[in-house]
Amino acid sequence: MNREVVLKAENLVKHYPIKAGVLRRTVGHVKAVDGVSFELYKGETLGIVGESGCGKSSLGRLLMRLEEPTAGKLTFDGVDMYSQKGAEMRRLRRDIQIVFQDPYTSLNPRKTVGDIVGEPFEIHSDVVRKADRRRRVQELLDLVGLNPEHINRYPHQFSGGQRQRIGIARGVALNPKVIICDEPVSALDVSVQAQVVNLLESLQSELGLAYIFIAHDLSVVRHISDRVGVMYLGKIVEMGDEDQIYSRPTHPYTQALLSAVPLPDPTLRNIREQIVLSGDVPSPANPPTACRFHTRCWKAQEICSIEEPLLVERPDGESAHDSACHFAEPRVIVA
Amino acid sequence: MTVGTGRTADVEVLDTRGAWIPVDGLVLEVEQLQVEFRTREGVAKAINGVSFVLHQGETLAILGESGSGKSVTAQAIMGILDSPPAFIAGGEVRYCGQDILKLSENERRRVRGPEISMVFQDALSALNPVFSVGWQIAEMFRKHRGMNKTDSLAQAVRLMQRVQIPGAAQRVKAYPHQFSGGMRQRIMIAMAIALDPAVLIADEPTTALDVTVQAQIMQLLKDLQQERKMGLILITHDLGVVADVADRIAVMYAGRIVEQADAFELYARPAHPYTKGLLESIPRLDQKGETLDAIGGLPPNLMHIPPGCPFNPRCHHAQDICRVDPPPPLREVARHRFAACHFSELLLTDSPELEVTQTTEEVEAHLERELQYPMTDAGLDHEEEVERGVEPQ
Repeated sequence: MNREVVLKAENLVKHYPIKAGVLRRTVGHVKAVDGVSFELYKGETLGIVGESGCGKSSLGRLLMRLEEPTAGKLTFDGVDMYSQKGAEMRRLRRDIQIVFQDPYTSLNPRKTVGDIVGEPFEIHSDVVRKADRRRRVQELLDLVGLNPEHINRYPHQFSGGQRQRIGIARGVALNPKVIICDEPVSALDVSVQAQVVNLLESLQSELGLAYIFIAHDLSVVRHISDRVGVMYLGKIVEMGDEDQIYSRPTHPYTQALLSAVPLPDPTLRNIREQIVLSGDVPSPANPPTACRFHTRCWKAQEICSIEEPLLVERPDGESAHDSACHFAEPRVIVA
Repeated sequence: MTVGTGRTADVEVLDTRGAWIPVDGLVLEVEQLQVEFRTREGVAKAINGVSFVLHQGETLAILGESGSGKSVTAQAIMGILDSPPAFIAGGEVRYCGQDILKLSENERRRVRGPEISMVFQDALSALNPVFSVGWQIAEMFRKHRGMNKTDSLAQAVRLMQRVQIPGAAQRVKAYPHQFSGGMRQRIMIAMAIALDPAVLIADEPTTALDVTVQAQIMQLLKDLQQERKMGLILITHDLGVVADVADRIAVMYAGRIVEQADAFELYARPAHPYTKGLLESIPRLDQKGETLDAIGGLPPNLMHIPPGCPFNPRCHHAQDICRVDPPPPLREVARHRFAACHFSELLLTDSPELEVTQTTEEVEAHLERELQYPMTDAGLDHEEEVERGVEPQ
C-alpha cells in the first residue's frame, strides 16, 4: 500500500464546557475527545469504532474543522489545518468532505437533488463553470447509482438508501482526497446497507479516496477498513490493521466489544465465549483516572488507576500493534 | 406474597394463572391476519395474511426490514394499533384458544398486561417523562391488581431488583431521563413482566443500544423467559441477535411471512431467496469478505405491491410464474419448513435447475425502468412513487 500520509492528527483534544446556574458559569468539561493521534494514508480506510458517547463523532467534526479544537494539531498534506483562515481554509475544505449519518435530516427538504449535490460548486465557484454544473451534477448522480434524470426531484421522493447516495454524491463533488463517513449506513436496512457499502468501496478504488469510517457496527467496520482504531471515552485504546484488531486484540475493551457482537450463526450459540461487561460507560464529564477502562475491566490492578497506559506498540502474538493497556495480551475472540 | 424490600430477587415464585389456560402448550395462534392503513393517498396493505403459532416458553423471532410489517403484527396482537388509519381487515388472533380480536375493549384490557405484554424499542419515548419510573411500574399493580400506593411501589422495587437495576430502592423515585439507555430498557422490561404474562413481545428491544449493553439486555430477557416459561416474540432486523436466541424464525417481507423454520435450519439452508439474500448481504465479524452480495432494489411500496410474489422484482431466480397472481402461498417445503416460493425445493437442494434469471445489475435496471414509467394507474404524483414502505410507528 501507498504509505503517503494525507491526514495527520496529533493529540487532538476537544472539551465542551458544562455551564450551570444563573450566571452560566463553567462548572466542568465534557472531555469528548481527549488526546487522539493517528495518521491516515492515501487511499486507505481507517475505521473508528466505539460505543455511543465515546467521542467518535466529535472526532469526525474536529477533522472537518466543524469544531475548533481545545488543543492539538491537524495537518493535511503537510498544511496545519487549524491555523488556516478564510480563502485558504475554504480551499482546504475541498479536499476533505463528510457524509453524515442520517439521510433524512442531512438533506434540505426544500432543495432539489440538483441544488443539493451542486451546492459545493456554488461555494467553490471556480471548480466547475456555471454552464457545466448541471451536467457535472448529473455525472455525479450517475456515479453513485442514481438516475441522472431525477435531478429535479426532492429528497422526500427518495428512499433512505438513495438519500444516502445523494449525500455521497455531494461528498465527492469537489473531488476530495479524504471523506469522513460518520455512521453512513447505520440508519439503513440490511439489504440496502450492503448496496451503500459496496458503493463506498467502488468509489474509493475509482477516485483514490481515503476514508475515515466512523461507526459502531464492528462487522461493517471490519468489512470496509484497512486499519481500525477503537475509542473509549475520548481516547483511542487500540489501533492496528483490521486483522490485528479483530483476530488478535490485546486491549480488554476491544475484546469485550468483539465478544458482545452476536454472530449470525446459531451453531455458535453457547459455544462462543462472551465477556459481559458490567455497568455502563462512565460519564465523559468525569472520566475515571489513569486508564479510563479500569472501572469495568476484569484485569484491573492498582497500577491501572494510578498510571495511564500509553498507546504504544505491544506484542500481539504474531506481530505488534498499538494498545493502551498495562496488561495487554492477545486473546482470540472471533476467528 | 411477601415483599422483602432489601432482598435481591434472583428467582421468583409465581402465582398461578387465572382464566386463561393454554391448550397443548399453545399460547398464541395468529391466523391469516390482515391489516391495512387507509390513508388519503390510498390503502397500504401492511399485513397480508400472516399466520404463526407460539408455544409456552418458546422464542419466535420475527425478522424483517422496515416496512415489512413486523411491528404492525405486534401492535395488532397487542391491540394497540391506531385506528384509523389502521384497520384489521381479517384474520384471527387466538390467545389460549379464544379469538381476542373479538373481545370488547374492557376485556381486551384484561389481556393486555397480565397475559400478553410488550417491550418497546425506544424506551425514552415509551416512558412518561413526568412520572417517576417506580410510579410507572407500580401503575400495573394499581390498575390491574387494585393495590394501594405503598404496596405497589414495594412491588416496583422488587421488579427493579429483578431486572438488576443497581440501588433499586433508592432509584425508584427517579425519572426516566436520569437513567441510561440500558437501564431505561430494563425498566421497560420490568413493566412488561410485572403481571407475569404468558406472552412477551419484544419489538426491537436492543436496536437503540450499544453492543455491550445489548448483550446484557438479551441475557436478561433469556433468563426471565426461562424463569417464567414465557412465550417470547422477538421482533428484530438483526440477524446476529436472532441467531443467538431464537428457537424458530419467521421472515417477513411486504406484509407476508415468506419463510418459517427452525433457527438452525434456516441459517444453514434458507428456503427462500429473500432469506438467502439477507444472509449473504451482511458483513461478518469473523470474516473479512470481498464485495457484499447486496440484494438489488428496494422493498416494495405497500400501496403498490407488485403482482405475484412480492419479492419477484428483486429476485435472482424470478421466472414468469413468479410474476402472476396469486402469490406463492406459505407451504411446507420440507419437514417442519415453510416457505412461500415456487422454487424452494430447488433452492434447498442447490439444484442446478434453478436458473439465475437476473443479476443484481439487471434488478437495479429493471426497477429503475419501473420507477420512470410506473406500471400503476395514471395520475400518480411524485409522492406516491416513493418506494419506501410505510412503517407506521
